[in-house]
Amino acid sequence: MAFIGLLTLVLIALPHGLSYSQREILVVLTINILVVSSYRLLTLTGEWSLGHVVMMGVGAYASALYSKEWGVPVPISMIIGALTAGLVAWGLSFPLFRMKGFYFLIGSFAAGEIIRLLWKRFRDPFGGPKGIKRIDPFPDIDLGFIRIDFFDPVNYYYFTLIIVVLCLVILWRIEKSLIGLTFHAVHWQDKLAESAGVNVRDYRTLALVISSTFAGLAGTLLAHYIGTVNPNGFDIEQMVFVLTWAIVGGTTTLYGPIIGCITLTALNEIVLRELGLEQGRPLIYGLILIVSVLFMPKGLEDVVKRGVAWAQLQIVKERTNGV
Amino acid sequence: MESKILKVNDLGKQFGGIKAVNGLSFVVKEGHIHGLIGPNGAGKTTTFNLISGFYKPSQGSVRLFDEEISGLGMYRVARKGVIRTFQHSTLFAEMSVLENVLVGTHMMFKPNFLAALIGNERAIRDQAIKRSREVLEFFGLESFTSNLAGELSHGHQRTLGMAVAMASNPKILLLDEPFTGMNPEETQSMMGLMAKLRDSGMTLLLVEHDMTAIMGLCDRITVMNFGKLLTEGKPLEIRNHPDVIEAYLGTRNHAT
Repeated sequence: MAFIGLLTLVLIALPHGLSYSQREILVVLTINILVVSSYRLLTLTGEWSLGHVVMMGVGAYASALYSKEWGVPVPISMIIGALTAGLVAWGLSFPLFRMKGFYFLIGSFAAGEIIRLLWKRFRDPFGGPKGIKRIDPFPDIDLGFIRIDFFDPVNYYYFTLIIVVLCLVILWRIEKSLIGLTFHAVHWQDKLAESAGVNVRDYRTLALVISSTFAGLAGTLLAHYIGTVNPNGFDIEQMVFVLTWAIVGGTTTLYGPIIGCITLTALNEIVLRELGLEQGRPLIYGLILIVSVLFMPKGLEDVVKRGVAWAQLQIVKERTNGV
Repeated sequence: MESKILKVNDLGKQFGGIKAVNGLSFVVKEGHIHGLIGPNGAGKTTTFNLISGFYKPSQGSVRLFDEEISGLGMYRVARKGVIRTFQHSTLFAEMSVLENVLVGTHMMFKPNFLAALIGNERAIRDQAIKRSREVLEFFGLESFTSNLAGELSHGHQRTLGMAVAMASNPKILLLDEPFTGMNPEETQSMMGLMAKLRDSGMTLLLVEHDMTAIMGLCDRITVMNFGKLLTEGKPLEIRNHPDVIEAYLGTRNHAT
């Protein structure tokens, strides 16, 4: 409990110690945490997709278009946008889940590229290679005594934080439920799961749809903040970053990918920016990936686990010494 | 009073030009332990895979009571009440023993997405855990509940495989070579478990190599050779049947 309280305080105080551009990065980081956490839900069933960031893009494009073209109020367009991503994922599941493992990985990449090319090809309504600009921002909230302007990154950070924490709670509940157990079962032995009456295909589809819906939601959060979306914002390079966060962080715990995302973003924004090495980001990410797979195959989460175990041991030792 | 639970009629499976199973017919009676034996390559495991829905038959039918179940696909066959185990120790090795059996209760206690979302799964989960603990107790695995399945000894892993299958309360249990790789004590205790299952009213169909186990356990035995039915009968009849001896040991001419 004390830990959660402290974490809450830190998360609330965090933006006030940062510069304006760092606050903007903080918003994007919070959104990316949702992207990588939702990605992890899919990996629970043992499938790794290369189309996850495109699903995020589907949410972003959908919500932008609903609000811009049809005049849907932004909060509602965000929800429908996220559901659209889920729906598209459901449609894609029919061809994709004829495949497993490596073939699914490549299939998901191809499916994602098709969607991205559609965005590029059709100026109407997707805006072609330049994408959609001047997306309606999230509306200000006027409570009479106080007016919350979501153009301010601090306010938008709080808003995003609440949404992301809510989503993480939902993802956590799904994983700890019997559904989550079935996801694990499908991952480790799909034949045995099937012989226990599990419709393996349905469960894979469920995981893909849930993870894509949350990715779509993350996309809408991003779209209405930066006000523009374009096909290159959701390309394979972005996907590789998500993969790197997940692998460096580890995917056996909920916090693993989050740690991976925070660590690498901090490294990127603080260290690389200071050193002026931003251009070398893909190179350095590649290096980090190789090093972490070689020396830390279980990810950063394993380091945390060992640290906690060590700390507990020290406490026990101290107590026994005291007695 | 013994009704026919499983009827296999003129079953066949062709892989390219090879007929692995060719016009096989037999009947399993309720409450029996039925053995399916034969020399290597006789098509036993293929038959097994046809019944459990792993393969689609090229010909013939499999009926559970009077319902056609062949070609349905594995999870649908399982939902009808025909549950199989696998050769070797096919388990969720990275999950705990209790979780393994919980997956087995999947059909009895359907996970509910909405309940999971609002965190209101307690009731159904408690029932599933209760059922799992009962099954573990029946199989004498209750002291390993929180161990990882992969940590168990070979004998216990095989027993757990049966527990996972039994957790769904099947109508008939198909066991694929349950005695493979077991030492004599493990074989003995496994035989005890199967007899216990039969006494509780379960029907078992097992494919096996271990002759002592088969002869000591089965009520009825079907012998296959080259994908076809060789003969069928009680263990004693099978043991002395000249065709069976020939199939396993070769003809007198070969011997001399």
